[in-house]
Amino acid sequence: MIMRKVVEGSIAVAHAVRTIKPDVIAAYPITPQTHIVEKISEYIANGELNAEYVRADSEFSAISILVGASATGARTFTSTSSQGLALMHEVLFNAAGMRLPIVISVANRALSAPLNIWNDQQDSISQRDSGWIQFYAEDIQEAHDLLAIAYRVSEDIEVRLPSMVCMDGFILTHAYEPVELFEESEIRDFLPDYNPEVYLTTENPLTFGALATPEYYTEFRYVQTRAMERAEKKIAESLKEFNEHFQRGETDLLPVHGPEDGDVLVVSSGSLVSTVKEVAEKLGNDGFGVKVGKMLCFRPFPADAMRKIADGVDKVIVFEKDVSPGSEGAIFSEVKGALYHSENRPEAYGFAVGLGGRDVPERVLEKLIMECIRGERKEGFHFGDVRPVREAIL
Amino acid sequence: MNPPDFFGPGHRACAGCGCVITLRHVLQALDGKCFVVNSTGCMEVVSTPYPESSWDVPYIHSLFENAGAVASGIESALKALGRKDEGKVVVIAGDGATADIGVQTLSGMLFRGHDVLYICYDNEAYMNTGVQMSGLTPLGAHTTTSPAGKVIPGNSLDKKDMPSFALAHKARYVATSSIAYLGDIKKKVRKAGGIVGPSYIQIHSPCVPGWGYDSSKTVEVARLAVETGLYPIFEYENGELISVRKIKKRKPVEEYLRMQARFRHLFKDERGKEIIEKIQEIADMNAKKFGLDA
Amino acid sequence: MDEVVITLGGVVKPGTARKNKTGSWKVFKPVVDHEKCILCMRCVNYCPEPCISVVDEKIEMDYDYCKGCGICGDVCPVDAIEMVYETKG
Repeated sequence: MIMRKVVEGSIAVAHAVRTIKPDVIAAYPITPQTHIVEKISEYIANGELNAEYVRADSEFSAISILVGASATGARTFTSTSSQGLALMHEVLFNAAGMRLPIVISVANRALSAPLNIWNDQQDSISQRDSGWIQFYAEDIQEAHDLLAIAYRVSEDIEVRLPSMVCMDGFILTHAYEPVELFEESEIRDFLPDYNPEVYLTTENPLTFGALATPEYYTEFRYVQTRAMERAEKKIAESLKEFNEHFQRGETDLLPVHGPEDGDVLVVSSGSLVSTVKEVAEKLGNDGFGVKVGKMLCFRPFPADAMRKIADGVDKVIVFEKDVSPGSEGAIFSEVKGALYHSENRPEAYGFAVGLGGRDVPERVLEKLIMECIRGERKEGFHFGDVRPVREAIL
Repeated sequence: MNPPDFFGPGHRACAGCGCVITLRHVLQALDGKCFVVNSTGCMEVVSTPYPESSWDVPYIHSLFENAGAVASGIESALKALGRKDEGKVVVIAGDGATADIGVQTLSGMLFRGHDVLYICYDNEAYMNTGVQMSGLTPLGAHTTTSPAGKVIPGNSLDKKDMPSFALAHKARYVATSSIAYLGDIKKKVRKAGGIVGPSYIQIHSPCVPGWGYDSSKTVEVARLAVETGLYPIFEYENGELISVRKIKKRKPVEEYLRMQARFRHLFKDERGKEIIEKIQEIADMNAKKFGLDA
Repeated sequence: MDEVVITLGGVVKPGTARKNKTGSWKVFKPVVDHEKCILCMRCVNYCPEPCISVVDEKIEMDYDYCKGCGICGDVCPVDAIEMVYETKG
C-alpha cells in the first residue's frame, strides 16, 4: 500500500528518519533545517520514535555525539545547514576516517559573511574532501528516499563511510509536495538492521582512533579512497534495488534526461535540476538538442558516468550554487577534470547561479545556455546571474 | 596481591610520567569495567600508535575538544541498545582539553546529565605539544608560551576553577585528587563510578619535562603541591562539600616551587619574590576556603 | 614491498603495545634489596609503566619495560631500591 501525502519537505525527511529508526539522534537548531529536528522532537515526545535523543550544545557536539554513538554500534542521525555544517568540519573528517556510517541530512544554505540564511550549496560542496558520501536531492520525494539509500550504502561493510543527504534549504525543506512516504515494514525489507563487526564493548575491548605515523597514514587515506570507489558501485546497485522495491526513483548514478543524441549537456545538482530540465525541454521544442545530467551524488564523483554521458556532445554547461574564489565552481572543475580523459573534449562553460537564495528563473538559464550555444560566451567559469557592480570602500 | 592493570606496559610516556599513574589507578578503581574516551593529548599519543594500543578497556580517541560529546554519545548508545550494564563511560582528558578547548562539550555533557565520569589529568600545561600555557597553568609558571622573560616573569594568570565550573552545572559528584594519594584517587573514582549522573574529578598529575624536576620525584612534587595548600584536595556530592584533605603543618609554597625549573626564575629577583608572595596568598586563600589547616 | 594491514577505521586490538620494549630507554636501573624489602607495594603501585610485580613473594622488575625513572626507589620507605648505572652489554 502506498502512503501518498502532501507534506512539507522537512516533514518528509523526519518521517523517513522515523521509519529508519536510528538508535541515537543528536539535534541542534539552525535555519532552514530546524523543521526536521522539530518534527523528530515531536515523534520522540509522543512516543512515535523510540531513540535516544540528545539536544546538543552545538552542531560540533551533535556530530561528536554521533561519533561516540556510532562507534558503540548505534545507528545515528542528525541534520544541519550552513554554519552548522562548517562547525562540524573537523568531526566530519574524523567520522569518515574512523569509518563510521553516520547519516545526516543537510538543508543547503549559504555561508557567512555576509550572513545569509537562504539556499545555495556552498556548505556541503565545501566539505567535499571530508570523506563523506554526498547525495543531492532534486525534490522532496528524493530527499526522503535517498535517506534509506544513504543508510544502506553507508552501513555496507564494503563501504562503511558516512553520508550526507543534501536538499536545497527552503526550496525543498519548506515546500509542500505530494510524497510517497515509507511504511515501516517496507523500509525494513530494504534496509537491514545495523550490526557492525567491531564496536566499543567491554566484551572485546578494542581501541578506536589510534594515531597513524607517516609509516601508515598514506595507506589509511588509500583504503578510504578505495572504499569510496566501492561506494560508487554500491550506490548504483542500491538505486536499482530501491527502484525495484518501491517502483520509483532514479536507477543511474548520474541520471541523464533529454535526447540521447543531444549536442549540449547541462550538468546541475539539487532542485536546480528540475528547472534545467524544463528549460532543456523548451529548447528541445525549439530544435536544440539539450540533455541534462543530474549530479545525484557528488562524492563519490561519477567520473566514468560523466565521460559516458558527455560522449559526443559539443558543449558541456554546468550550473552550480557554489564558487571557490580564486578558482571556479567545484562541480565545474570536477566535470572538466573527468572530461580531460575523454577522447572528444567538449567546450566547457560553468556558471555560478542562485547564490544566497537568489531565484533562478528558467529565462536566466535559457539565456545562458543559448549564449553558450551561439558562441557568445567565453569558455570557462562565470557568475551567471550577477548584476553590474561598483566596488566602494564605504 | 598484584593489582590488575588495564593500561599495559610498552606505552611511550616519558619516564616518571605522573599522568600514567593517574590512568592506572582510575582504571583499577573501575575494575576495567568502563569505556574510555580520551581527548587528544599526551595519554592518547603515547598509548595508541597504530597498530599498537596500551589499553585493555574499550577506548576511543576522536578529537581534542569533543570528549564530553563523544562520551555523551557512547552513553546514549548504551542506553538505546540496552547495554547500560556493560560499564561506566569515562573521559580521560588533559587540562587543556578540559579547561580550554573542550570546555563547551564538557559543559553540554554535565548539563544534560549524562552518566559519565570526567577525569581531568591536570599536568598544568599543553605538554604534548611542548609545554604551552593552558587555563590550568599556575601563576608564575614558565611555559613556552608564557616564558619567563626580561619584562614578563612567566604566566600572569592563575588556574581556572574547573571544579566550580562543574559544580555550577550541578554535577552529581565533583572532586580533586592527586597522584600523591593513590588511595584517595581510588576511593573517589569508585564513588563517582557508583553514582548515576555526571561527575568530574581533577587529578594533579606532575609532568617531568614540563615542570622540570628529576623523574624520580614525581610523587614528592605532587605531595608538596598538596602540603603547601596549592592543590586543595576535596570532594562535593550533590553540591555539598563533604570532605577535605587536612594538612597538619602547611608548608611554605617556596618548598614546592623551588623543586621545579618552571618556577626557577621566581627566585632570582625582587619581582619574582612578589610573585611568590602572590602564590602564597593563593595557598592561604585555598586554606581558608576549604579549611585545609588541621 | 611488504604488505601492510590496515584495519577498518584503524581499530586496534587491546594491549598490543606490549611488543614495544621501552626498557631500552633507561640509563639507570632499579635493583631491589630483597633483604630490606617489606613488600609494602608502593613501588608496584607507583610504577608508571607498570612493570613491577610480586612474584613468589619477591618484588620483580621487568627490565624489558622499565624506563629507569626512579620513582620506585624514591617512594620506597625502607630504601630497598637502588638505582644503578645500566651498562649495556
